[in-house]
Amino acid sequence: MNGPSAQARAVGAGVAAAHADSVDRDARFPAEAFAALRERRLLSAYVPAEFGGAGASLFEVAAACHALARHCGSTGMIFAMHQIQVACLVHHGRDDAWHRAFLARLADGQLLLGSATTEAETGGDIRNSVCAVRADGDRFTLAKNASVISYGDQSDAILVTARRTPDSPSSDQVLVVVAKEDCRLEKTSRWDALGMRGTCSDGYRLEAAGELGQVMPLPYADLSARTMLPVTHILWSSVWLGIAADAVGRARAHVRAEARRKPGATPPSALRLAEATARLQQMKAVVLTAIRQYELARETPDLLGSLSFATAMGTLKVTTSELAMEVVDRAMRTCGLAGYRNDTPYSLGRHLRDAQSAALMIGNDRIMAHTANQLLVQRDGSGPFE
Amino acid sequence: MQRDVWPTDAGTTNAGLAMTIPLPSDESLAEDIRAVLAECGGLAVDPGRLAPEDDLYAAGLTSHGCVGLMLGLEERFEVEFPETLLNRRTFESIAAIRDAVRGLLVRSAA
Repeated sequence: MNGPSAQARAVGAGVAAAHADSVDRDARFPAEAFAALRERRLLSAYVPAEFGGAGASLFEVAAACHALARHCGSTGMIFAMHQIQVACLVHHGRDDAWHRAFLARLADGQLLLGSATTEAETGGDIRNSVCAVRADGDRFTLAKNASVISYGDQSDAILVTARRTPDSPSSDQVLVVVAKEDCRLEKTSRWDALGMRGTCSDGYRLEAAGELGQVMPLPYADLSARTMLPVTHILWSSVWLGIAADAVGRARAHVRAEARRKPGATPPSALRLAEATARLQQMKAVVLTAIRQYELARETPDLLGSLSFATAMGTLKVTTSELAMEVVDRAMRTCGLAGYRNDTPYSLGRHLRDAQSAALMIGNDRIMAHTANQLLVQRDGSGPFE
Repeated sequence: MQRDVWPTDAGTTNAGLAMTIPLPSDESLAEDIRAVLAECGGLAVDPGRLAPEDDLYAAGLTSHGCVGLMLGLEERFEVEFPETLLNRRTFESIAAIRDAVRGLLVRSAA
């Protein structure tokens, strides 16, 4: 029996790789890869077996993101973004009827989950909302000017952040699960970007209605600290690691081809390959450590809510996003013009463009400014290696 | 800090010592906390109108505001919050902050 990461590896090397160039060129959703992922029931990989999922670990899911991103960055990133929403439901929706039923529905129908956290009025500041949940009896309505809903057209349900009530301050947020059939989406912008083109991160005006039971019971601030933020940074980092790994793979193949042509001498570009490999190894170590840290913290709720853990997860994202660009840069120098051109087996244009998004998705400057503020009060941690 | 390594049989003596040092009442602690909240908390409402059990996050306290609030509390009460208290629950209400501050005052008095 193959685990989710082995299955994702097959999808990545097969159908995702075959369509990666057209997904990138046409900025289209990787429909073929997601049909294959659904067929192998990988959209419910992280859903516990009692709800019909595979009950995979975060390590397995991260490895699956990596395996997909090696061949198509957009496919890996969409898969990661979906699994982040799944993790929120699995960790925080298991105690109430609506979300339990939804988890079973998700596994049964292999639903794809999108997310609407950014808002035109607040920009990239996802910890403040302008829109609010408007309760009326046991039902609600919600209207959001969402500046980005990645793969919104293809999402079967969308997790939306909003103020708890129309009277709540902007920071008092909740997360609401909105089924596609209960919402109206009007497109306000189209995604035509440098990289990650297949994520179709269009803007929408979203209007939704539903039962109040669809609102996640835990405040978004807690949900973010315990699941959304750490899982996002771990899975995004795994995607960037996959992109970087493929860039190094291409660079290695290029150096090998050079060496074959001139036996007995190591090509001078091999030095750049060694540099790229060293950085790739560093990236991998940081990602694996973060997964282990998260697993440890999950067993100790106090640790999950602690400042030192939040700092570790925030800086993880900053570190891996910077390293991803450095690795691809070194790989490009290794391959030279063969990497620069778009028509060779060593082409690295897509990797370079996809990797550039890493530092910008939740901007590194924003994370570092927040971290600097938190460090004013942070103390030495009490866990292992702290 | 040193008392953490004292043998446990000294515990009764310490408790007696703590009781001899007068600690501020609940009301006066809460008043001081409201003053710090007003100065450093960045709330959306006047802290004077908040009941001890009211949810400060629903009143607009953010993680950024928590940092200012904690620095203000440390300055005001001359205490230091240990790592274990650096989480959202510690600052969720005036009552929660009061309990945390009282615990720190008892420790530093003992």
